[in-house]
Amino acid sequence: MSRLLDVENLTLQFDTDEGRITAVDDVSFSLEAGQVMGLVGESGSGKSVTAKALMKLNPPNAIYGEKTRITLHLDDGPIEIMDLKTTTDLKVIRGGAISMIFQEPMASFAPAITIGDQMTEQLQIHTDMSIKKATEVSIEMLDRVGISDASSRFKQFAFELSGGMRQRAMIAMALSTNPKLLIADEPTTALDVTIQAQVIDLMKDLVDDFGMGIIFITHDLGVIAQTADHVAVMYLGRLVEQGPVREVIRTPAHPYTKGLIAALPRMDDLDAPLEPIPGDIPSPLERPPGCVFNTRCPVAIDGICSTEVPSFYDVSNKHKTACHLVEREAHGK
Amino acid sequence: MSETTNKTPLISVKDLSVHFGLRGGGFGKKPVVRAVEAVNIDIAPGSFFGLVGESGSGKTTLGRALLRAVPITRGKLTYDDGEKQYNLAKIQKEQLKDYRSRAQLIFQDPYAALSPRMTVRDIIAEPLEVMKLTNSREETDERVREIADKCRLNLEHLRRFPHAFSGGQRQRISIARALVSRPKFVVADESVAALDVSIQADVLNLLKSIQQEMGLTFLFISHDLSVVAHICDYVAVMYLGRLVETAPTRQLFAAPKHPYTKALLSAIPSLDPDDRGKAQKLEGEIPSPTNPPPGCKFQTRCPFAIDICKKDEPELQVAAENHNVSCHRWKELME
Repeated sequence: MSRLLDVENLTLQFDTDEGRITAVDDVSFSLEAGQVMGLVGESGSGKSVTAKALMKLNPPNAIYGEKTRITLHLDDGPIEIMDLKTTTDLKVIRGGAISMIFQEPMASFAPAITIGDQMTEQLQIHTDMSIKKATEVSIEMLDRVGISDASSRFKQFAFELSGGMRQRAMIAMALSTNPKLLIADEPTTALDVTIQAQVIDLMKDLVDDFGMGIIFITHDLGVIAQTADHVAVMYLGRLVEQGPVREVIRTPAHPYTKGLIAALPRMDDLDAPLEPIPGDIPSPLERPPGCVFNTRCPVAIDGICSTEVPSFYDVSNKHKTACHLVEREAHGK
Repeated sequence: MSETTNKTPLISVKDLSVHFGLRGGGFGKKPVVRAVEAVNIDIAPGSFFGLVGESGSGKTTLGRALLRAVPITRGKLTYDDGEKQYNLAKIQKEQLKDYRSRAQLIFQDPYAALSPRMTVRDIIAEPLEVMKLTNSREETDERVREIADKCRLNLEHLRRFPHAFSGGQRQRISIARALVSRPKFVVADESVAALDVSIQADVLNLLKSIQQEMGLTFLFISHDLSVVAHICDYVAVMYLGRLVETAPTRQLFAAPKHPYTKALLSAIPSLDPDDRGKAQKLEGEIPSPTNPPPGCKFQTRCPFAIDICKKDEPELQVAAENHNVSCHRWKELME
């Protein structure tokens, strides 16, 4: 496997009427080609903002931290995404090396242009295909993602397709330019479970076929367990834990990850009480000092967690977490 | 609760259908959406009754029909809490007003359900004022404080506007508003679907404790089977306007009989990464309710459909005590 993406010290703030909000705070992670990384978090955790930063899709009031470095490793050399300034520069990644699929496919398709026209348009922008070739490729792609009767669907509008079909068409469109990195932002959240299962299957097949890296953003740990190789858990703009999916889900280290798993209604034990994480997620305007989770953490250490920002500690080879308690216990104090 | 009231269902539904006529179509027949078709259920007092299904299954419409918020096309629908009886299918306007104080709805989206221009106190008090259930402002305030306390909202919260609250708190405000009229029957339509997991558990625990404390009967509508499994004591599964299976929760999850229920259970993403690829996959999507397939409504997606499924619609049969299933082949498939 080769390295595909390195995100180092990603910090992102927004200037708003109410003041400067820190949406992402010093986040670093990397992704190998052919790997699926799940980015989990609740509302306001900064997971979508992080993903959008990879394509510099955030609005003009976004301020990137000075140390932020995002490197995409392509066959013909690395690209420093922070150095891309103009929209022309960004074409290399937007819709080229990186594609994105969103939660609500109806909002992502133009309502008054046929699916086919939208697909061929982007192929013509990003490749030197003729319209005939682009049409062929698009129909083939629609067929590949399991849309029956692809050539007639090609001529239809987004509203004529069902939710599941639309999401498939969205995936077909995102993959037709043969991206190296696919960002999927809650791609199955708006779908019914039986359709969600179909789309998850499809995405797994596509990773095997195309070998791209995927960043899969979701709030649903079950979906992560069924799709990702690697998980990163975010809370209030910070990465609190990351590691291989089995380790993180079976032996979570951070109190927040533990809390998230305990709050899930489990199907294998209907008698298990549902244990909510106490309190609410603080507003990004009032980010707690020290560890961002200290206001809700059941095991916060007095005098440390509310003042010092924890650094990452290696739980095992690839599994690390930012928690004072974990580090203390490991040192036997 | 006495023995006798325990035996009478609070809500009794017989052959209930709700159809909506669609506009347009030009010449010929206007298309009709058969949102709910020939549904039979009894909801026992004090139960937490779950109604599950995918989008388009008719679960929301059925919930609204039980509140008489949509017109009923056919069938019988009665309410009996021991003090009052209503024949809901033929209820008059005056009586309906009365029924509304006994049957309430909690909405899905706590952001859309609360007026941004009213204080939390006014939001919770509104049902009392509209239905004229209290005689003085003091009495209203007393009732508001009492229910707010049950929903873990303090006096300070009551003075504020909804925008100052998080999703979980807003949902607790919605719950307080629904319960302030002291209803007996509450329909909770996807009431935790918009909440984060860590908050969802809190709201579910609250609903359950309030239900026990106030002796409420809940109809809990959800697409999320894992939530239903934890909170409901009886579950009905809907597909394309029909009930396909009804059973006590434990029994349904331990031994589902309908192929659709089985597929639905299997499609829940497991928290165990080693379960990958084990899910039993269902092909295709739910058909349009304007043009349902003949025979069993599930036959277009059912891996076990045979000729009879394509011709005859199965009836709800008794599979075990309190456990009903509408499938021609359920017995064979159990073997």
